Amino acid sequence: MMTRLNRLLGNEEKAQISETQVDRSDIEKLAELARIEISESTVDEVAKSITDVLALVDQLQAADTDGIAPMAHPLDATQRLRVDRVSEDNRRDDFQKLAPAAEQGLYLVPKVIE
Amino acid sequence: MHNLTIAELIKGLRNKDFTSVELTRHYLDRIKRLDANYNSFVTVTEDIALAQAKAADERLAQGDAPALCGVPIAHKDIFCTDGVRTSCGSKMLDNFVPPYDATVVENYRKAGAVMLGKVNMDEFAMGSSNETSFYGPVKNPWDTNCVPGGSSGGSAAAVAAQLAPGATATDTGGSIRQPASLCGLTGLKPTYGRVSRWGMIAFASSLDQAGPMTRTAEDAAIMLNAMASFDDKDSTCVDEPLCDYTASLNDSLQGLRIGVPKEYFSEGLQPETAERVQAAIKEFEKMGAEIKEISLPHTSLAVPAYYVIAPAECSANLSRFDGVRYGHRCENPKDLNDLYKRSRGEAFGEEVKRRILVGAYALSAGYYDAYYRKAQQVRRLIKQDFVDAFNDVDVIMGPTATAPAFAFGSKGDDPVAMYLEDIYTIATNLAGLPGLSIPCGLVDSKPVGLQLISNFFDEAKLLNAAHQFQQVTDHHQQTAPALD
Repeated sequence: MMTRLNRLLGNEEKAQISETQVDRSDIEKLAELARIEISESTVDEVAKSITDVLALVDQLQAADTDGIAPMAHPLDATQRLRVDRVSEDNRRDDFQKLAPAAEQGLYLVPKVIE
Repeated sequence: MHNLTIAELIKGLRNKDFTSVELTRHYLDRIKRLDANYNSFVTVTEDIALAQAKAADERLAQGDAPALCGVPIAHKDIFCTDGVRTSCGSKMLDNFVPPYDATVVENYRKAGAVMLGKVNMDEFAMGSSNETSFYGPVKNPWDTNCVPGGSSGGSAAAVAAQLAPGATATDTGGSIRQPASLCGLTGLKPTYGRVSRWGMIAFASSLDQAGPMTRTAEDAAIMLNAMASFDDKDSTCVDEPLCDYTASLNDSLQGLRIGVPKEYFSEGLQPETAERVQAAIKEFEKMGAEIKEISLPHTSLAVPAYYVIAPAECSANLSRFDGVRYGHRCENPKDLNDLYKRSRGEAFGEEVKRRILVGAYALSAGYYDAYYRKAQQVRRLIKQDFVDAFNDVDVIMGPTATAPAFAFGSKGDDPVAMYLEDIYTIATNLAGLPGLSIPCGLVDSKPVGLQLISNFFDEAKLLNAAHQFQQVTDHHQQTAPALD
């Protein structure tokens, strides 16, 4: 992966960084964290493609970032504040019309508390 | 009429050469007859378009018409439209009809534009080929065996096939500029914060930015005038003074300092594409610009940094699609967790799932510093490269993409091959800078693009340079082979 990006950019080969391997159990854990069902038959394929993506991003490890402040916003802006007053109409009914299941102002989901 | 630019349509409407209803019917008819070949529209809003056109004609007759009064345009299906399905190219939102307009949509409505419909895109704007859309791939009007680029592939194909004179689009890592390059159009990604993101379905909030896709730089300036605004509803919108982007189009380029980054002309760039781009830069020299080689030393880290930051932000943003409040919900969930997991598993496509999982990985306990924090630090290094470069030059120029449009399926199942498609455009998003792609010639009968990058909020300079180039060249007048 490193080789491919460097070739595209004409960089000289750099020492290979140890590549992160993602296996079935990692994918199962990530799928649980992200609340996404990954079908049993595709887990290996997904693990391989995520390993490939991580090999690409692992190149960051070679960058010298000592003393560099992380950048969250291109213009280093901070959150703009506004006066704390109601500025929008209450459109609960309009928004709840979009829900797969809503009743009397409540969103319906399977029973959570037994 | 479909051969006319937006600037010419505005004149024609005001001269009463044609009415907005005639013009709108003409485009609706073209969409009906021709779009089956391209699949660029997801939804055609015929009734709305004709009602808006009728109202526009009345305003034109009364003489109080705003800038784009009566001009039909298409909106990328990422912008919420009141009462009109907004799918974001996903099964997840196949049934989603927003009860409000995005600020961009509202701005165009106020400017008098007519909405023809909503155009196709990669699912949640994740892709560079428009192959990830739930509504099927969009075809490139120059060669229907090839992709139009992405994620704004529908916007690009609709304008290139002359089914709309202009379209809205969005760019998180190159999604306006790369399809503009592959379809022979002018595409502008403004400075981060210049255009409101309110009502634009979020992918990576610190990178997403909306902009226009048109046939000329002059049209892009006209469209940006209507699109850009300061918006209280988007807390990242920047309150910088707005200008009339058409006012400086005719300024001379004498003495303009152009920087050409050596990192953008390396082995990975197809030689024929490099030749067209170099020839275009020479044209600027003829117009009095000074060309100098520059270096953006952290270029090779842009794609890796992006594929931590964008997935991390997407995994957070897309957590709102939970099958509870809107969007797809699975049948017969056995409990709440099953509801979440199956609704998301069934409705998100492969690429979207992949990015959410990568984001979840990069943000998970024990990996945050190694990935997310590291990528944010590298992001600053990349921005600093540009800040340093702009001490010496006014505009940076290079290729938009490595080659002309590629064939469907040619990147195979390899996500990284697709990610590298945006190698020249991604750094601009990380830095927050404006970037523009304009056509600069054909390779194998398909267009390639020249990318121009300027300093923060200097969109006027990009449009000025592009317009001057289009006064002395005719690449932008080349059109895709007509089907009728």
